[in-house]
Amino acid sequence: MSAHSDAAASRPGRWQPAVTQDPLLQKHGALGQPVSRIEGPLKVQGKARFAAEFPYEGLCYAALAFSTIARGRITALDTAAAEAAPGVVLVMTHRNAPRMKAPSLMMSSPTAAGASDLPVMQNDEIHWNGQPIAVVLAETQEQADHAASLVTAGYAPLPAVTSFDEARKTPRQLDNILGQPPVVEIGDAEAALKGAAVQVDQIYRTPRHNHNAIELHAATVAWTGDELRVHDASQLLDLTAGQLADIFGLEAGKVRVSSPYVGGGFGGKCLWDHQILACAAAKLAGRPVRIMLSREGVFRIVGGRTLTEQRVALGASTDGRLDALIHTGIAAMTEHNSCPEQFTFPTRHLYAAKSVRLAQEVADMDMLANTFMRAPGESVGTFALECAIDELAEKLGLDPIELRRRIEPEKDPTSGKPFSARHLIDAYQKGAERFGWERRSPTPRQRRDGEWLIGMGCATATYPYHRFPGGAARIRLTAGGQVTVSTAVHDMGMGTATAQVQHIAARLGVPLDKVSFEYGDTSLPRGVIAGGSTQTASIGGAVIAATEVFVEELLKLAGNDSPLAGLSLAEVETRDGGIGHRDDAARFESYESILRRAGRGELVCEAEAPPPAEMEAFSMHSYGAQFCEVRVSEVTGEVRVSRFLGSFDAGRILNAKTATSQFKGGIIMGIGLALTEETNFDPRTGRIVNASLADYHVPVQMDVPAIEILYTDIPDPQAPMGARGIGEIGITGVGAAVANAVYNATGKRIRDLPITLDKLM
Amino acid sequence: MNPFSYERAADAAAAIGLAKGNTAARYLGGGTNLVDLMRETVERPEMLVDVTGLSHKIEPRSDGGLLIGAAATNTALAADAHVRTQYPLLSRAILAGASAQIRNMATVGGNILQRTRCRYFYDTAAACNKREPGAGCDARDGFNRYHAILGASPACVATHPSDMCVALAALDATVHLDGPDGPRSMALADLHRLPGDRPDIETELKPGELIAAVELPPLPFARRSTYRKVRDRASYAFALVSVAAALDLAEDGTVRDVRLALGGVAHKPWRASAAEAALKGRPADPESFRAAAEAELAAAAGLRDNTFKIELAKRTIVAVLGDLTGDEA
Ligand SMILES: Cc1cc2nc3c(=O)[nH]c(=O)nc-3n(C[C@H](O)[C@H](O)[C@H](O)COP(=O)(O)OP(=O)(O)OC[C@H]3O[C@@H](n4cnc5c(N)ncnc54)[C@H](O)[C@@H]3O)c2cc1C
Ligand code: SF4
Repeated sequence: MSAHSDAAASRPGRWQPAVTQDPLLQKHGALGQPVSRIEGPLKVQGKARFAAEFPYEGLCYAALAFSTIARGRITALDTAAAEAAPGVVLVMTHRNAPRMKAPSLMMSSPTAAGASDLPVMQNDEIHWNGQPIAVVLAETQEQADHAASLVTAGYAPLPAVTSFDEARKTPRQLDNILGQPPVVEIGDAEAALKGAAVQVDQIYRTPRHNHNAIELHAATVAWTGDELRVHDASQLLDLTAGQLADIFGLEAGKVRVSSPYVGGGFGGKCLWDHQILACAAAKLAGRPVRIMLSREGVFRIVGGRTLTEQRVALGASTDGRLDALIHTGIAAMTEHNSCPEQFTFPTRHLYAAKSVRLAQEVADMDMLANTFMRAPGESVGTFALECAIDELAEKLGLDPIELRRRIEPEKDPTSGKPFSARHLIDAYQKGAERFGWERRSPTPRQRRDGEWLIGMGCATATYPYHRFPGGAARIRLTAGGQVTVSTAVHDMGMGTATAQVQHIAARLGVPLDKVSFEYGDTSLPRGVIAGGSTQTASIGGAVIAATEVFVEELLKLAGNDSPLAGLSLAEVETRDGGIGHRDDAARFESYESILRRAGRGELVCEAEAPPPAEMEAFSMHSYGAQFCEVRVSEVTGEVRVSRFLGSFDAGRILNAKTATSQFKGGIIMGIGLALTEETNFDPRTGRIVNASLADYHVPVQMDVPAIEILYTDIPDPQAPMGARGIGEIGITGVGAAVANAVYNATGKRIRDLPITLDKLM
Repeated sequence: MNPFSYERAADAAAAIGLAKGNTAARYLGGGTNLVDLMRETVERPEMLVDVTGLSHKIEPRSDGGLLIGAAATNTALAADAHVRTQYPLLSRAILAGASAQIRNMATVGGNILQRTRCRYFYDTAAACNKREPGAGCDARDGFNRYHAILGASPACVATHPSDMCVALAALDATVHLDGPDGPRSMALADLHRLPGDRPDIETELKPGELIAAVELPPLPFARRSTYRKVRDRASYAFALVSVAAALDLAEDGTVRDVRLALGGVAHKPWRASAAEAALKGRPADPESFRAAAEAELAAAAGLRDNTFKIELAKRTIVAVLGDLTGDEA
């Protein structure tokens, strides 16, 4: 049953986004408790089944062969040796692949999930170095891998743009950046900059990054007639199902995708060529197929964060007010992609300035499509902006936190909307106190320990709140009082299910052990994607709506013989395993009693979340203050992060343990962004050179110090549960906090990530 | 990975017998390098002869030296009490390499003969003279941060990646070989070759020869020795530059004797003979150290990404020698 007519919207007691608050803001229960991840025991026992672990009768294994040129045509493709190799079932190329529609670009339609809109293995065209040119199916993975190495190809190369320096000569202006205008102008910022008493005007560069989740991308797929079953490692279930149906010309509903456990997503576990190719090859072979990319395969066919070159220019008065705030730049992209790395986004909301100019362009290259990677835009955008703020503070002779206090806006500086809640300065204050910020010398190079120079830096973290519409939730109550909430959402290890169990227990007033949460399967009510730190709030919206229907249904079932007789949604609350009058403790009936008296074995209700009107009415963002201490060797230039503290203002924290892990994980990834991570893209060939974990440096244990996490825990009055989303903010600001600390230690500004030792020698 | 057969040898003679005359046979140590290369189809052996059954003993010799079986694991060697007290630089060098898991598998023989980490060598889509003589060298004008600044040739600018070998080179280690023509020995410093115009020929080993053992001569002053590795992250990364050093100071504070070797700079572990010569008899102070470093790196040449390593090597030499002159060393 659906609950969203206009009549329903005006029903008293119902949550109306932007108008009323989620009633849960007044309750606490298990919310916020450090509950351990509910799937933890299954995982440590090896019983949690991941995408590449589903057994099937007659399963065959897939391996890919990749192109070695960036652009051109395949003129020869010799698969004979591969076909003759032991155990090979078939070799699929563009010559024998089933005909498929091309994916459509994500956000271009309700079922679009494509990172790229290029057809997959449908013709002889090569669009990037590393594009799959053949799929080998064999009886074992080893046989498939071996046979794939025997596939040889000849090419007629076409001129390819594989150098960023070349590509940037003909920049392209997009008509929108993820739905936002590509250019924002308030006043004449360039003129204001020229006239400003104090100026900072610098170029910042950030490199390409690749996804390296611990679980390799994988899928196990099986056809039964025209029904397609996909076990995926996914943060995009419903869209993947819809897009696959589209690609293979199936009716909606014929594709079921599930993904109960995912070993890390970060934006990378969406729909890429491997799932499509596995489904196509399974169709061709008439057998189920398992595909698991090699680590190199992930680099070749799963996109990453693109490189950026950003200009930040700040013009200020001597008392530290911004006259001009300019943030412009360019990122590499392809024409078949919609991820321009929205690095100007943080600057749209952070600081008050009399004039503003924000603009970003793209440089088209012949390469793999970009994708989202933890805080796309904000992660690298805050590097540029927050380094520039630090540079300005120094020029002004102000403490960088004091400067931020002076440019703290009263309302959103570009949209003019009120903030739903903003406690950035609070976060700074708490963090500074705890970190011992007062021990920082405003002048660089003042602290040392032998050859090691020691410095401190800080930077603002920020990430937008979003709530995706379209998600639904189903509540099922059994006679025994057991509650199951179901929705096709994702838990990639971050604790979605655990936090939702806590949330549902609090919302329905039942103990944790009476609650189950079903997710990770498109056979469940439609869920939202796990992206943009939106999932928890989006599920929240759906659960609120379902709860309203649930309570109303129970009130109906309770009837006239109940202490609840005559009460409406607005007059009651859930508590102690039942429904009670808000102001009258005596008027209460338990769920079990209502069901029993009504002679019902169970009650099932489903509703869709109300549209996210709060996002229209308010500027909603999470904030944080990142504090870093580094040691830099004066001999070698090696940088070691010795202490880190993140102080966050992300609304209400639903689970102290999983939230702290999310913040820490983001910070660790940020340390990688600051110091070690860089994809080596060879401009001569367009080929990624360091496609392995030995050569692509993510931080290792010894690169990561003890990290301390603080949070304000102030609920956002406009958000479901008061929670704004925490998955991505952790990485934002880290690059700048490290770079600013390096400057404080050494007196050297490094504006080009990663901060490798050669830049400091 | 290509199909191959697998044999386990109980001792050196058996291993040599199994591999004899078979150019497609390879000796297999812990497999941490060879198996990776097979997965990438850079190595395509048809037969693997497992030599982990060779001696793994670590035996002190009557002259104060040490005999190390080729099958000793990196972990065992680093943990050996004699090594830790008499040759601390060796223990530190090994522990600076790879990860605990890899060191548990890796053998001394395999470590010495591990191949370069040049990414273009690993990627069969790239041009590489080492993999395919005459094909060209994509690293020369490509990503070459980890590449050589000393002893490179137009044909190849790769480095030897071992940490352990840098310490062995500093210690004047001898390698005991065995092969179809019988046993022989040579200085470790002579085992690896500079690339010249045949970077595919990396060592002086003859076909079918294997490493049976490594011998360290006694070097009492190696008690005052260390290893410093400079790299792109705190652990689990190959050296940009590394320095193994042992220092013997005279009463008057001059250098009586010194051993110095560099890693991450050349196609072989680089014994810094010029620096050693420049140091002997000189006062153990930063000026002499710097002068010695300058002498060693006088012939160094940088590439697109690695020119900084010339200065980095000099500074690291000075810092390491400085540490060894300090009281705590
Ligand atoms: C991710 C990663 C990081 C690493 N980091 C480092 C590092 O920081 N520093 C470092 O020094 N090393 C590092 N290594 C390399 C590691 O030290 C070597 O892989 C290891 O020492 C090789 O030993 P093995 O016994 O496994 O050799 P194998 O892989 O078995 O063999 C290597 C070669 O030696 C030959 N061989 C083996 N034994 C004999 C013998 N007795 N006689 C003749 N030939 C023989 C084989 O045929 C083969 O050609 C790293 C490796 C990896 C995978
Ligand atoms: S440096 Fe040597 S190993 Fe690397 S590509 Fe060139 S020839 Fe090959």
